Amino acid sequence: MTLVLIVLLPFLGGLCSAFLPANARNAEAWLAGGCALACTALTLGLYPEISGNGMVRFVVPWLSQAGLDFHLRMDGFAWLFALLVSLMGTLVVIYARYYLSPEDPVPRFFSFLLAFMGSMLGIVLSGNLIQLVIFWELTSFSSFMLIAYWYHRVDARHGARMALTVTAAGGFCLLVGVIMLGTIAGSYDLDRVLAAAGQVQSHPWYPVMLTLILLGALTKSAQFPFQFWLPHAMAAPTPVSAYLHSATMVKAGVFLLARLWPVLAGTELWFILVSGAGLASLLVGAAAALFQRDMKGVLAYSTVSHLGLITLLLGMNSRLALVAAVFHMMNHATFKASLFMAAGIVDHETGTRDLRRLSGLAHAMPITATVAAVAAAAMAGVPLLNGFLSKEMFFAETIFAGEGPLLRLGLPAVATTAGAFSVAYSLRLIHQVFFGPPERSLPRTPREPTRWMLLPSMLLVTTCLLVGIFPARTIGPVLAPAVVSILGEQAPPYSLSVWHGFTVPFMMSMGAFAGGIGIYLLHWFFGQRATGGAPLRAPLDGRRVFDIIIVVLHRFAERMVRFASSRRLQLQLLIMVSMTFVVAGIPIASRGMPRGAGVLTPVDPAYLFVWAIGCVCAVGAALKAKFHRLAALIMLGGSGLFTSLSFAWFSAPDLALTQVAVEVVTLVLLLLGLRWLPRRVEADEPDHRSVRARLRRTRDFLVAGAVGGGLAALSFVVLTQAPVDGISRFFVERALPEGGGHNIVNVILVDFRGFDTLGEITVVSIVALTVYALLRRFRPAPESIRVPRAQRVAEDTGGLRNFDPGELLPGGDPRIPAVLVRLLLPMAGLVAVYLLLRGHDAPGGGFVGGLVMAIAFITQYMVGGALWVEWRMRVHPQYWVALGLTAAGGAGLLAVAMGRHFLASLGGEIALPLAGPVRIGSVLLFDAGVYLVVIGATSLILIALAHQSFRSARDPAGSGGAAG
Amino acid sequence: MEALFAMAIGVLAAAGVWLLLRPRTFQVIVGLALCSYAVNLFIFGMGRLVVGRAPIVAGGRVAESLAVVDPVPQALVLTAIVIGFATTALLLVVLLAARGLTGTDHVDGREPG
Repeated sequence: MTLVLIVLLPFLGGLCSAFLPANARNAEAWLAGGCALACTALTLGLYPEISGNGMVRFVVPWLSQAGLDFHLRMDGFAWLFALLVSLMGTLVVIYARYYLSPEDPVPRFFSFLLAFMGSMLGIVLSGNLIQLVIFWELTSFSSFMLIAYWYHRVDARHGARMALTVTAAGGFCLLVGVIMLGTIAGSYDLDRVLAAAGQVQSHPWYPVMLTLILLGALTKSAQFPFQFWLPHAMAAPTPVSAYLHSATMVKAGVFLLARLWPVLAGTELWFILVSGAGLASLLVGAAAALFQRDMKGVLAYSTVSHLGLITLLLGMNSRLALVAAVFHMMNHATFKASLFMAAGIVDHETGTRDLRRLSGLAHAMPITATVAAVAAAAMAGVPLLNGFLSKEMFFAETIFAGEGPLLRLGLPAVATTAGAFSVAYSLRLIHQVFFGPPERSLPRTPREPTRWMLLPSMLLVTTCLLVGIFPARTIGPVLAPAVVSILGEQAPPYSLSVWHGFTVPFMMSMGAFAGGIGIYLLHWFFGQRATGGAPLRAPLDGRRVFDIIIVVLHRFAERMVRFASSRRLQLQLLIMVSMTFVVAGIPIASRGMPRGAGVLTPVDPAYLFVWAIGCVCAVGAALKAKFHRLAALIMLGGSGLFTSLSFAWFSAPDLALTQVAVEVVTLVLLLLGLRWLPRRVEADEPDHRSVRARLRRTRDFLVAGAVGGGLAALSFVVLTQAPVDGISRFFVERALPEGGGHNIVNVILVDFRGFDTLGEITVVSIVALTVYALLRRFRPAPESIRVPRAQRVAEDTGGLRNFDPGELLPGGDPRIPAVLVRLLLPMAGLVAVYLLLRGHDAPGGGFVGGLVMAIAFITQYMVGGALWVEWRMRVHPQYWVALGLTAAGGAGLLAVAMGRHFLASLGGEIALPLAGPVRIGSVLLFDAGVYLVVIGATSLILIALAHQSFRSARDPAGSGGAAG
Repeated sequence: MEALFAMAIGVLAAAGVWLLLRPRTFQVIVGLALCSYAVNLFIFGMGRLVVGRAPIVAGGRVAESLAVVDPVPQALVLTAIVIGFATTALLLVVLLAARGLTGTDHVDGREPG
């Protein structure tokens, strides 16, 4: 349970902090710091349980059959990382509180920082590989948001995009790799995977799987050849660089390598790939760091280099090297984070991080200078500091790692060289910034920052010293469980003491110091106080390669899109329709149409008459839709009526009722839309009769004819087959006994398939609200803003201009409809409720009832005018929608509250006067919800559209067209 | 009757598809409405054409109720009709807004040529 808290607390805190006001720096810092501190305390509290090679677990079964459970597990190694993440988080929050300026929007910063912390804790505590990858992606995402924190800056946006592209691409490879690994091992459970080393390494997939997992780990840890994103990520605020891009997130890659070390390591391929990448990063990073101008640039490349060192250690296939790697992960986090914080302080107090401009700050900022110098010394590996210890171990390992003269001599030599570079850039950083003559022309006059800003890095530096002087007593007790948890009983003996005598590694250290001082002197002597880039780096410039790849991909995608698709809707639709025809035609062409065996119904002359009208209307609507829209609409209505009559004819009274009602509202809707369409007269368009246009129409005619003919043939074949005994029997047999209703269609809708209906009314509600929202920002085309003549006449003769709210009847000419319309509303309401109530047993129900009520409202508007109606009553369709969804959802939850399944039907029958027996219960409540939603959604759409004409008439100044 | 019904579906679909391929937004809306008639009739027809046996259980006798028409396609079509109205409204408003922004009622948002 504690584990869940550790992972969840940061996310919850992040959510809370997102809603605090933009200037609440102190509240944010207390909240974030509190979360981080609580995680630290919880982690520390678990130490007794993991110290003796114990393990804490938390499992929530989810999709166990697919191997996906929510599984948190904490062993010694995970504990060490969890402590690092949460403790470093606490320090960074304190630091960030003073680093961020009052103008920065803090909620965004702290909420993403906390989200990152939660994701990182999720990675280290994951006991399931897929779950680990999900948290992995979350860290990439929060890193993206934090790098782009100052998104008004180009470099921040670019750096963030690059970091996300590289790490997310790696994350994808990792996912594939992990799935392969899980498939080989037979489980995604970490414990079972770790136990399957032999099986995994002998599997033919091993090389591919290993490469994919390494791609994930190496991109995350900014290892060669993916190291280029890390320096660009330095556009992030310095607390982020200290936390994500040196101490924790970039460690996720090496964490994963160490985590999977028992199952993946030990092969030749592992040695070549991992130590190769590590070695290259170690050297490239160290060399590049020496030539940076930006303090954070130096630190970024040195991070690449130190992570390279860790990767190299992990790649050596030696258990002692693994110990050194874990040890160095911790050491690097402490000294590098404190260096970043110092760099941030310098930037904060002087206004620049440019090494060419900074000089002699030790006079103005003695404490900062001391802290930075000690941290840099730890980075260089000076004795009595923690960096020295792990570097000694590294040197010792290089001596024994390889076989053959090249590796036996080469590796120690390379290690010493890298050590020398490390000494050189550390020296350069401290010497140039803090020593020499004080610089006068800085943007701000430097002075010591507040004590609280210094505190985090001071604490970290103290840790460096304590670990460096008393390693066995400080780091020993926490390193041992970590090592044991990875290696189990094979954990090697190792010695954590400061002095091992004049051994070869010590000689190498001394050589590195001498070499480093020499390199720095050379660098300085040749006047290169700083240059643009390192020599020899140009061909390896990852950023250029990255940019080229991105541009090429972009062009390729554009070309593919242009090849495979069109911007023209007509062409797209033509292709789609033709393809559908072809796809449907292939099986028919190959197997032939089956012959119908069913009995044909005899033709009824009355139906033939209706049929003829329906078909003529459809063809007429198609022909007239361009130049005679009103005629086309009327004919569309004719086809709709034919459809409705067909439903009625063939035993579907519910459908017929609904279709008729929908016909009415669709017609009103389209009529309202006509007002905003442009004038289109045949005489204005000479192109209409051109040969090209005729050809195009002929082609479309042929396609339409083929589709129509095909569909007709298909329908005929199906209609003449004998009915299939499908799921219908179930509904027919059980509608009355179990659903308690005579109308099977309605019982299916509100009971058996109630969940579908709930989804459908939700869709209707969303669509209605979308329409409403779109119309609020509606800007009509300029030429249709002008108020139409009929509306102007109506206004002049007693419409809007001299509107009298007290009048009993709306103004205007049609007096008799005006009288009738007032009577209509209560009658229509009665009919609607009647249809709703009887729906369970006879044709009717919520859908048709709602439509009838909505039509009644719309009729009021049509006859009375919006002003007159709204003076008397406000329909408030949004409330109807909300109430309806609440009722429908409530009906479902009611069943849950009674201990049944969601939307199970409850209730009994009561007798109402006139209406007869009515079943009262959750089903009726649900249908009432449907009823309310349909009323609300329909009238919301229609009233919103109707208001558009009204708005432009009321507001002539805004539209500018009413004057004419 | 089956042949008539099938032909009606064909005519409605043909008119609808022809309008879908037209360049003006209003034509496309009318076309979609015609297509939805055709599709609704088609789905409804999957339950076969039966006259005078609406899917309503008479008087509580389950044995007799087995003779009614297949109710499942009807239930499917009923919600489709209402949703069809909602999406037509959405399409109309989107197209009107598009015309306001682009100044044309061509489906591509610009006049051809």
